[in-house]
Parts: sequence; structure tokens; C-alpha cells
Amino acid sequence: MNLPGLELVCPAGTPAALEAAVDAGADTVYLGFRDCTNARNFPGLNFSRKELEAAVAYAHPRGSKVYLAINSFPQAGNEGPWRQAVDDAAGLGVDAIIVSDIGVLDYAAQSHPDLRRHLSVQASAAHPLALAYYHRNFGITRAVLPRVLTVPQIKEIAAEAPVETEVFVYGGMCPMAEGRCALSSYATGRSPNTAGVCSPASHVRYVPEGGRVQVRLGDFTINRFESGEPSGYPTLCKGRFKARGHASYLFEDPVSLDARPLIPELAAAGVKALKIEGRQRGRAYIAQVVSALREAVEEAAAGRAPEPTSLAALSEGGRSTGGAYRKDWR
Amino acid sequence: MTTLLTLGPLLYHWPAEAWRDFYFRIADEAPVTSVCLGEVVCPKRAPFTFPHYEDVIQRLETAGKEVVLSTPALITDQRDLALVKDAVELGAGLVEANDVAALPLLAGRPHVIGPYVNVYNESTLARLSADGAVRVTLPVELPAASIGKLAGQDAPETGMPEIGMPGIGMPETGMPEIEIQVFGRWPLAISARCYHARAYGRSKDGCLYACGEDPDGLPVETLDDEPFLVVNGVQTQSASYGCLLNELDLLKACGVSRFRLSPQKIGMIEVARLFQDRLDGRIGREEASVALRQLAGHTALSNGFFHGREGAQFV
Repeated sequence: MNLPGLELVCPAGTPAALEAAVDAGADTVYLGFRDCTNARNFPGLNFSRKELEAAVAYAHPRGSKVYLAINSFPQAGNEGPWRQAVDDAAGLGVDAIIVSDIGVLDYAAQSHPDLRRHLSVQASAAHPLALAYYHRNFGITRAVLPRVLTVPQIKEIAAEAPVETEVFVYGGMCPMAEGRCALSSYATGRSPNTAGVCSPASHVRYVPEGGRVQVRLGDFTINRFESGEPSGYPTLCKGRFKARGHASYLFEDPVSLDARPLIPELAAAGVKALKIEGRQRGRAYIAQVVSALREAVEEAAAGRAPEPTSLAALSEGGRSTGGAYRKDWR
Repeated sequence: MTTLLTLGPLLYHWPAEAWRDFYFRIADEAPVTSVCLGEVVCPKRAPFTFPHYEDVIQRLETAGKEVVLSTPALITDQRDLALVKDAVELGAGLVEANDVAALPLLAGRPHVIGPYVNVYNESTLARLSADGAVRVTLPVELPAASIGKLAGQDAPETGMPEIGMPGIGMPETGMPEIEIQVFGRWPLAISARCYHARAYGRSKDGCLYACGEDPDGLPVETLDDEPFLVVNGVQTQSASYGCLLNELDLLKACGVSRFRLSPQKIGMIEVARLFQDRLDGRIGREEASVALRQLAGHTALSNGFFHGREGAQFV
């Protein structure tokens, strides 16, 4: 079976990562401005206007597209930066913007009708009717689907939705409906929606306890490790907690998503684009992951089952999973 | 400005008779203006309470309460969506949308937006208003500054063209009423994964209604045995009861006109009376705080979100 070409959408947090992604075979690179307008507002990350201009100038002649994520939620009384980001995206010639907020979408649709609008995963649109709402009202042409759907559900959405669909295939897992989670905010006062960060490093503390390490997020213990035990970044929902007297990874194991074996299924389900998570990752990681995913997409296109080359060393806690795409995840 | 109390939807899986009797008592005794009914967390629970809807709605309406029909917080399949259609077809009152997927079914008719839809700014509020939203309960993590901007009499930021389709927008009665949750565990996250089933070692499809075992949520503690969260099916809530009893005057000053009490397995009639007495100035701050602490038992209170702090804080 020859599968339709899938667009590989890759992250970049720096100009160096962008070049690495383009060189490694990214069809598209997505990135954000260095401010509160995107959901990866980490220190030292993201692009200035000038850097975005250079990014477009690097990507376009090499056949790659550039998408700009403007996917956090403007605070009341301060919508200016988000509107400015939309205006600048149009002016600098990005190929699409990725947006989650209804107000920002409305502004973009009214002010720059010719600028392609994609719905961010942060909008948590998980049903064809939600996509129909965004399509009809704001003319979105693509939606990034939440990481909580099974392949059959994705198939149903792709068949019924009036827009293209994009799904995550590699990188961090988010077990909650994205863009609707205040867990980080509850523990630290900062959340993806309010500050563009989840479980921010500024609020993480590792407290040595003899041969063990206690992991604190704000005022709460979210894990405890034996020294030397592999551990990923301490995101709240991947912490260890007690329920009914048992300590466990109640919400999500410290694993990351690797859906490469599912690429043929996803393509058959009608998905248009595959997305890699990780704008916070460095150039070397991006180069390696993008190459591996490129290879998997080519294998799938040629009708062969992708044989995952080992990326285990790069994944969270050294382990990976098919995530919510497997029905038993639920 | 008139200030009114709303009883939010009961979010837990109680036995059907207990559910019915709870609402009967609310109808008969609680000083609330509006009462939300409807399964917000899991569509598998809904069939149990359906047989009692007619009686409960009748009892509430006879008591002069406005009935609001709440719908699922996460709509991923036809079972979730069916609950929205049922609410629309029931025609008993305003329908509360908690997921954007419900909006196409409600566009052009008056409806309510629940706390699970992201309304963070004026443009979003204006857009939802143009499509028929008459009341909006804001997301729980919004600080006072945002609440003030959204509940104030100020028009939305300049520069927005007139929006909404001609003929079906709301009449020019201004912006939606703003409602704020002032009591009850904060709803913090929603997933397709059922953590309740997971905690009981069961699959979601074979859950055997594990959530029915925990009528006030399943406690989730840190490894140091500190209360942190509770799990309620696919929903994760704060372990603490959110409490903005001391902030009612500030909220009123912000322009907030409706106050939501989210049901817990404690004396909710007494909680409602306490908030109404405080709103009416019949009881002082100190006295009200002491009374609420007694009603809350061992459960901590929190108000950090409102103050722009960690949500778990009690300032």
C-alpha cells in the first residue's frame, strides 16, 4: 500500500535547532516568539522577530515551512502582545499560525484572513463538532488533536472534520486534556495557560535524603528516587502519589511518546501531519529525532512497517510508549 | 447590583436516590437562585439519574429555582455529545456548555458557559456573548485582576470589529453575567483516562463504577502523606475546598454578580445559608469563617488562585 505523504512537523527552540530540523528532513518547523504568547515560554528559548525572519529565509529555499505557535491564552486587559504576534507572523511570511484562544483566532481571522490558522492542541478540541466550531467561526484549516484520543477516534474525527488533522507522534506525553489543566498552577501559581510553563524549573527542588532524593514542586513532594534511579523531568502529572494506601504513578508513568510503529495506521486514518514535541530540546536531540522520524515516515510511505531505531536514550526516563493511541491506556 | 448564588453540578457519582434527595433538599431549603443539574464528568453515570430528572426539575422549579442543565467537560465521542443533545431537547432551562464541541448546538440561543471552557480575556468573552452566552463561569485559576477586567462594565478592548452573525446575536443588553466558583474543590484537570478505575486496578471499560466508592472524591496524597488532590473519575480536583468567603466583597466590587457553590459531601444547605448571610451582611467575616471551617471538617481551604498565588494557598 502506498500511503499519502505525511507532513513531518518538527520543533525548534533556537535558530540552531531550526537549521538542524530543516537539514534533518523536517517538512515544517514550528516555533514561538520569545515572550508570553506561546506555551513554551522558557528562559533562553524561542525566537526574536529578527531570528524568525532569518528562520523563514533559511527554511523556505530548502523547501521547509515555518509555523508560529501563538498558543497561550492572553490575560484580560493585555491582549496586545498576542495581536502583535499575529500581525508580525503575517508580516514575516510564516506559513501558518498555531492558535488556541478564541479571541486571538477571532482577531487573526478578521485582521489577516489570508494567514493560515491552525488550532493548537492547547484548545483541546477532541470532537468533530469542536473542530467544526473553529472552522466555521474562524476558518481554521487544520487542528492538532489532543494526546488523549485513540486511533479509532482519530479516524472518526479525520473523516468527519472539515479540516486537516495533525497528531503527536514523538516526545512528551500529556495525560490531561491540554490547555485545560491547572495542576501546575495549583502547586506553583504558574500554568501553561497563565504563564506558558508547566511545573516550572524555578519551583523544582531536589532534596537529598541519605541515599535518596526527594523531588519537590512548590510545597509538595511529587516523587522520591533512589540515587541513580533514572528519572525524567519532574512534571507534576508524572509524579508518584498515594491513593488507597498505594504509592504509584497514578496519572502517567514517566515515559515519553513514541508512536512510530503506528504511523501507517495514523496515515490510513486520514491524518495529514505528524508532530514532534520538544521546543525546549537542544540541537543534537532535534537532529537525531527528526532524522529517525523522517526515516519512519519514508518507510511507511513505501508500505513498510517502520522499524524503530533506538531513541530510548533520548526519551523521558529512558522509556517510551504508544500512549493514548492504545486503548488500554485509559 | 443583585448578587445571586448558584449551586454547581454535583460532580461525584452518588447513588441515584441520594442524588435525587440531595436536590430535593436543595429545592426545599437552600437559599440558591440557580441549580445546575447534569453529568459533567462521565457519561456512563448518567443513566442512573435520568429517571429522577423530571421529579427533581419539577421540585426545583416549584421552589422558584432556575434550573441550568450542565453538560460534559470533555466531549470526545457520541456518548458525551448525546448528553448535550439530551439537555437541549429537555428544554427545561438554560444549557451550560463545558466543552467547545457543545457550542454549535447552542449557537444563537441563550446559554451558559461553564468553568471548563477557556475564557481568559475580553475578546473571547465578547465572541461567546455574540453567539448567545448570557452567563459565564470563569476558569478557576483566574486571578482577581482578570476577574475584574472580565466582570467590569468596561467594553472589550478597542479595535475589535463587530462580530456575530446578524439576526442571531444577543440583544444589546451588554456583556454576559460573570459567575465565580466560591466554594468547593477546584476542578484542576480532565482526561480521557479514568484515574479512579486506575487506582482501583480496573480498566475504564470495566470500571464497575469505582468512582461510586468515593462520594467526595478519592484522596490523593503525596509520598509524605500530605493531602494534595482528589480523583473523581476522569477529573482531578484539589484536595482542599476552594473558599472565597472572605473575598465576596472584592468579587462584588469587581462586578461579579453570581457565586457558585460546588457540591461536596458536607452540609451544603448550611454552606449556602452561610454564603447568603455573608452576601447580605447578616453575619461578620470572622463568624462566617469559623462556621465554614466547622462545616469543612478536616479538609483544608484554599483561595490562592484569586490572589495570584499557588492555588493551594489559603491567604
